[in-house]
Amino acid sequence: MRLVVFGWGNDARGDDGLGPLLLARVADAAWPDVTTIEDFQLQIEHALDLDGAEAALFLDAGRETPAPFVFTEVAARRGESHTTHALAPEAVLDVYARSLGKTPPPSFALCVRGERFELGEGLSAEAAERLEAAWDFLQGLMRERTVEAWRRAARAPAPSP
Amino acid sequence: MLNLETAQAPHKLRRVAIEPVTRVEGHGKVTILLDEENRIHQVRLHIVEFRGFEIFIRGRPYWEVPIAVQRLCGICPVSHLLAATKAMDVIAGYGPLTPTAEKLRRLLHYGQIVQSHALHFFHLSSPDLLLGFESEVAKRNIFGVAAAFPDLAVQGVMTRKFGQQVIAHIAGKRIHGTGVIPGGVNKPLSVGDRDSMRGGIDQIVDWSKAAVGLVIKLHETNPDFYKGFGESRANMMGLVDERGALDFYHGGLRARDADGGPIFDHVDYATYKSVLQEDVKNWSYMKFPHIKTLGADKGWYRVGPLARVQICDVMPTPLAEVERRTFLAVGGGKPVHGALMYHWARMIEMLHAAERARELLDDPDIVGTDLMADKGPRRREGVGVIEAPRGTLFHHYRVDENDLTTYCNLIVSTTNNNQAMNEAIRAVASRYLSGRELTEGLLNHIEVAIRAYDPCLSCATHALGQMPLEVDLIDADGALVARARKG
Repeated sequence: MRLVVFGWGNDARGDDGLGPLLLARVADAAWPDVTTIEDFQLQIEHALDLDGAEAALFLDAGRETPAPFVFTEVAARRGESHTTHALAPEAVLDVYARSLGKTPPPSFALCVRGERFELGEGLSAEAAERLEAAWDFLQGLMRERTVEAWRRAARAPAPSP
Repeated sequence: MLNLETAQAPHKLRRVAIEPVTRVEGHGKVTILLDEENRIHQVRLHIVEFRGFEIFIRGRPYWEVPIAVQRLCGICPVSHLLAATKAMDVIAGYGPLTPTAEKLRRLLHYGQIVQSHALHFFHLSSPDLLLGFESEVAKRNIFGVAAAFPDLAVQGVMTRKFGQQVIAHIAGKRIHGTGVIPGGVNKPLSVGDRDSMRGGIDQIVDWSKAAVGLVIKLHETNPDFYKGFGESRANMMGLVDERGALDFYHGGLRARDADGGPIFDHVDYATYKSVLQEDVKNWSYMKFPHIKTLGADKGWYRVGPLARVQICDVMPTPLAEVERRTFLAVGGGKPVHGALMYHWARMIEMLHAAERARELLDDPDIVGTDLMADKGPRRREGVGVIEAPRGTLFHHYRVDENDLTTYCNLIVSTTNNNQAMNEAIRAVASRYLSGRELTEGLLNHIEVAIRAYDPCLSCATHALGQMPLEVDLIDADGALVARARKG
């Protein structure tokens, strides 16, 4: 399964760095057929990075996400905003569908709860712990890298805090 | 017009808050105070500005600052990189940049302008999103125009991608770039990378020209509406070069009044504090800068595309200048001040930036290898200013004898536009909302005006999730009467 993995956030803003930190571990693992994309935010051009992928995985931090993390399947949805500042994964999938006229690949989001997002802060102790839990979970996903298995995982009860 | 900044008896009024429900640190909120007849008495746009800037920067060695400031804003890190590096050029004691270094920095900047303006127009403000108004006739007209541009979405994505490629080639990476350093740039542009960009730029120029055409067609569907929506007569400010031509990268400060008359011109931006004053108000974290000689009430100003295309004497590229003259004709010799005119001006600027990028890619200097300026004595203070996509961006630093930063003052584009945005939404509220039963469609008018300015919302943090708008109707006692959610 050719997989594209997006990790986004700002490592200068505390727990917002969870996405890039997880992504760095994915890159270091050097799994075959995995492309990693890091950015501060998701934007419309990331739709092009989806092209040719058989599945996509979005890694990010969440402020009110149930701890320690949630894993869900995401689908295209039009995003309307008052600013250009960022797109949700669903909106990137929608841009892909509208721009390229294709059905987006099956896509999943792994969102790890963060606690502190202030400029200049490091990772909080809680986030550091959840990062390890999310990494264990992600390695499990990669051991059974099929859309069907990931859908089962997305439907499974959320991990306990 | 009634002054809508502060109501006379706010405790007797009903409050409407338009607030994005978001987990990001920076966000905007609009509050409207209404009486029993839904007449509007107060409208305020609150934006949580970058907090902790100075603490984040203070204590860092000056050469680290251009890297660090890229983390202040996830949407325009290149703007902060360039403004900070220009300030540090001064502090490090460097003289004029080499031709290659300056041209590479300019190409980087034009790439950023193209990708930022493309994102705003093609994705956020493209015709089907530009106006969420209630009129079915207006919607049909707009969709009719959009139907003539079926490839708009893909053009937007590809234009954005091109801009990102320019940034990656010159800054080194799409994010966390290190290619621009005090005194110049640290790596030459390879011929292969230059050729790659040159191969794509003609298409970007063509698409940009077509985008201007699309805006003109939209405007033709209802010229009075486009000209007057969110209209607020404002002073205007931006950088121009020594000939008075628009220059996104470097120049002197020029300010014109709402009728186009001169206020100041060719002011050395290092002395910006001699012409601008930054005030605070007790209801907003964001500063309110104004032109000193005019005072706070009359000295507020507008920056960004709508100001820039109207204060310059010329745009120094042929296609954009033709389009600028067409734009100016709408005002019949006087500046226009409608919020939606930003979209038209923004596309003219995108065309100009694409043309300038093409000129640079055809310039042999762009692949030169003389990258660093001569170095003179160190200085303790430096100011760097550029025209970022949203408007004039000031970076001002002081460092101590150990090269550590002791002072930092930033005036970002959205701060420069703070009062102008407030006035635009007050104009919209007065014209469309006052005295009427509020509906989601009517409140969307406010959002359309804000969107035209594309304010920077301190977005360098972006946790996963939606950014819907939530509207709370709250009575004078603070009780929630109704809630509407969008997005």
